[in-house]
Amino acid sequence: MTTPSSVMQENAGFIVELEQFSGPLDLLLHLIREDEVDITDLPIAKIADQFLAVIDELGLNQASDYLEMAARLLRIKAQMLLPRRIGDDEWEDPRSELVRRLLEYQQIRELVTWLGDAADRRAEQFGRGFAPPPEPAPDAPLVIELNELLAAAERVIALIPEPVLHRVVPRPLDVEGAMDRIEKLLATREEFGWLDIVGKRAGIVDILSAFIALLELARRGALRVEQPEPFASIVIRRESPRETV
Amino acid sequence: MSPLAKLFEAALFAASRSLTVDELSALDPSAGESAAQAALDELRRVYMAEDHGVELVEIAQGWQFLTRREYAETIERARIALRTRRLSPAALETLAIVAYRQPVGRLEVEEIRGVDSGAVLDKLVERGLVEVVTRGEGLGRPLLYGTTAQLLETLGLKDLDQLPRLEELAVALHPPAPAEPE
Repeated sequence: MTTPSSVMQENAGFIVELEQFSGPLDLLLHLIREDEVDITDLPIAKIADQFLAVIDELGLNQASDYLEMAARLLRIKAQMLLPRRIGDDEWEDPRSELVRRLLEYQQIRELVTWLGDAADRRAEQFGRGFAPPPEPAPDAPLVIELNELLAAAERVIALIPEPVLHRVVPRPLDVEGAMDRIEKLLATREEFGWLDIVGKRAGIVDILSAFIALLELARRGALRVEQPEPFASIVIRRESPRETV
Repeated sequence: MSPLAKLFEAALFAASRSLTVDELSALDPSAGESAAQAALDELRRVYMAEDHGVELVEIAQGWQFLTRREYAETIERARIALRTRRLSPAALETLAIVAYRQPVGRLEVEEIRGVDSGAVLDKLVERGLVEVVTRGEGLGRPLLYGTTAQLLETLGLKDLDQLPRLEELAVALHPPAPAEPE
């Protein structure tokens, strides 16, 4: 394995390069070697603190593999603090599972060295029919139908935000005009319907104008608006004249 | 050289991969297996004795002509042939686990490595170094991986028996001793 380079800083901390660890076990082994401690009698509190400090410094505290190990270390650290009777045969060292995994992993690292050396030695001999290595393949074999490709392209295109264009038009709401019309109707009729105000083919602007005018006049007490049931025609009734302020 | 040895030489020259003894024997059905073995031995001796630029190497359960190591750099510098890309530590870790635990599933690999290993396994399958050999029992019948002849070829091994035995490693892992009976 590549030995992680440790650079002493002014504050005597370590800078350890992330790429040089293939995982939390690798980092742990590195710390154990640095400290020259006995793997089978792991000073768990010390190692846990160092582990946390390193992953914190490297921003690895976002990586789930490292976080899981950090949690495991803290749990073991806590378990080690639990009081136990002297000569308690039932007591199982909370570190034993971790130690077993570390030893197993250390064995794998040793095999990695062996395999790497073997591959390097083999690479020094060429067979016949050398073909230049192909360009690095994409991550997964790409097998795709034309339609899938088109659909994918569409999905990408859909993500491109279209320039949002607002057409700003002056709102020709004519509340005054509508109020005039309603007041004229009120002058001649005690009671009339919504359609008497707007007519059947009223546009949205006329409807809005009329509605606002109606509400305004109702607020002023000039009329009363009634709708006997949902969606029924609106009936407008003249309100008995009131003194306006 | 005997006619059979020369035939083998031609076949090994023509092949760009290693040829097994069976494949070589099949070239001349009239020759028995022992004659084939003798011809192969003869060919090897000739190449060793005459001190050639290539040697006959036993690899991936077969035989293959390979250039001698001392020429690697010169050949590579001239870009006549290039060394294969080195395998990453993650790939080697995974290979080691597959080689010793096969058939083995992704979960077991991840448990030993302590990191997600799906992508690296896929890469190794893509490079032909491991392959799905069977499916395991249990939930979802997980894919189980094993090593390929291509791996032996990449490592320059005759067979998996040439891998170091676990007991020979500096860190010997022994199964936990059975509890003493009371």
